[in-house]
Amino acid sequence: MSNILLYAEVTKENFLHTVLFELAYKAQELAKKLDNADVSALLICKTGLAEEFKEAFINSGFNYVYIAEDDRLSNYSTELYSKIAVDIINEIKPEIILIGATTQGRDLAPRISSALHTGLTADCTGLDINEKGQLAATRPTFGGKLMATILCKTMPQMATVRPKVFKPAPENIVKDTKFIYIKPDIDHIETKVKFVEFVKGLNTAINELDSAEIIVAGGRGMKNEAGFELLKNFAETIGACVAASRGAVEMGLAPVDIQIGQTGKTVTPKLYIACGISGAIQHIVGMQESDKIIAINTDEKAPIFDICDCGYVGDVFEILPKLTNILKSAS
Amino acid sequence: MKVLVCIKQVPDTNDIKWTENNTIQREGVESIINPYDVYAIEEALKLKKSLPDVEITVLTMGPLQAETMLRKAIALGCDKAVLISDKKFAGADTYATGKTLAAAIKTKLPDFDLILCGQFAIDGDTAQTGPSIASRLEIPQITFVKELKECNNGSICAVREIEEGLETLKVELPALICILKGVGETTRPKINGFIKAKNTEIIIYSMEDIGLTPEETGIKGSPTFVSKAFCPVHNRGECEICNDCSSLADKIKEFGGIDE
Repeated sequence: MSNILLYAEVTKENFLHTVLFELAYKAQELAKKLDNADVSALLICKTGLAEEFKEAFINSGFNYVYIAEDDRLSNYSTELYSKIAVDIINEIKPEIILIGATTQGRDLAPRISSALHTGLTADCTGLDINEKGQLAATRPTFGGKLMATILCKTMPQMATVRPKVFKPAPENIVKDTKFIYIKPDIDHIETKVKFVEFVKGLNTAINELDSAEIIVAGGRGMKNEAGFELLKNFAETIGACVAASRGAVEMGLAPVDIQIGQTGKTVTPKLYIACGISGAIQHIVGMQESDKIIAINTDEKAPIFDICDCGYVGDVFEILPKLTNILKSAS
Repeated sequence: MKVLVCIKQVPDTNDIKWTENNTIQREGVESIINPYDVYAIEEALKLKKSLPDVEITVLTMGPLQAETMLRKAIALGCDKAVLISDKKFAGADTYATGKTLAAAIKTKLPDFDLILCGQFAIDGDTAQTGPSIASRLEIPQITFVKELKECNNGSICAVREIEEGLETLKVELPALICILKGVGETTRPKINGFIKAKNTEIIIYSMEDIGLTPEETGIKGSPTFVSKAFCPVHNRGECEICNDCSSLADKIKEFGGIDE
């Protein structure tokens, strides 16, 4: 019987990271192509926390949840978490392991795959099972200019998956989930890394962009700070969040935490308005799942026009103040 | 303190073009030091400024042409350069790359205190090679680090930038740290840096030198392989071009659900 194991990440504020539910729905689809494989989760957390998540696991269609709780596990630790994960994986021998491509997932996954001597595909945007029953993981490379589908010769086949790429199940998939507690074998481990402090981010742009209905993003074409001011005014008028392309961030026009794209965030708003963004694929992978996309660019051949619903060929410095005025009087 | 910085030569991805056969045009594309590895070099140079007796060695796995990149790192202020080069390394995935670099470190550079890597390489963007090296060497790692802080008595503090905020961790050396874009000014090579770069011997090791077999490296030693590569496609309909400002404003209202 094959088995797909998902890593259930616990955030700093002791919630389950939502990427788990995106992975869970995708994993159910993959499981159907694997003779109805079991979909399981691995949860590593502080003592007592798992109880709070049980309903979420039951409602997300998990067959088994493996739980390792210990008082030493209240903060993520590469050393302890990877040791526990490797021990449990060696026990249950899954064929596929999927981990969210968060900072925690991207820290943990290569440590596990190295210890298990198996392959790991990073930051995937597509997952499928091929005709031979292998995991076919697709990801952008070369700054997103090329898509590559990667297979793994060894077991387990591992991949990290970018949050917000897959959608969670539209409704509950209730299963008779079995919860299996495993005592972590970490008493003898003296960690070399010590937690010193955590300062919650003051800049909440990250979360705002996640839930924004409308995003106005600026690229190199915004040219300077005055350009970005126009963009901000426009965004404010229509109640949108401001984001930026890597180009704009590299020019120092915007902070890196609002960067959209392969090396930044993935967003899925109702409407994405790209201003002065040429549409390098590295940007597109971060916003292509938006419901509607509008692009404004001087270059009619810019690739952004290939992926948008509506475009305007012209100078952002001219059009944005006009749009701001029209929409201001409308609202 | 001995600091090892692992760097990678990458094509400048801003400069990549497509051939008619839907493959990446590699010829004529300029090679650069992976920008995140430059940030790692910067952090090493900062340590050298603030602490006595810091020696920085840059290490890369790549073709012989990577020597040019190593000389650039020397010009920036690094002290020694080591190139691991062998035709048998070709086609390595992150697992095989981590194994190869770790083997080089174990056999040829074993007395390091700190290994610095860039968090990502801009061509592959996997962020896996650093942790893979650390795992092989059985040393602790800290990833997504934006700043190194106090370093004393065999330990170092690192500030990680994670989704929810800034986390500070302290690690006993030896350790491996992956650097994100750092804070502060960028170092530019000075004239005597260029002279030093010209006169520094680049140490080159082959697969046999670092004690590996062909089965353990390159494409043979890689558990993952690319089965298909293709140009990204988008399944959005035709783009509707607006010719004037008011029709564009109407579209924004319609798509954005903005009430009049």
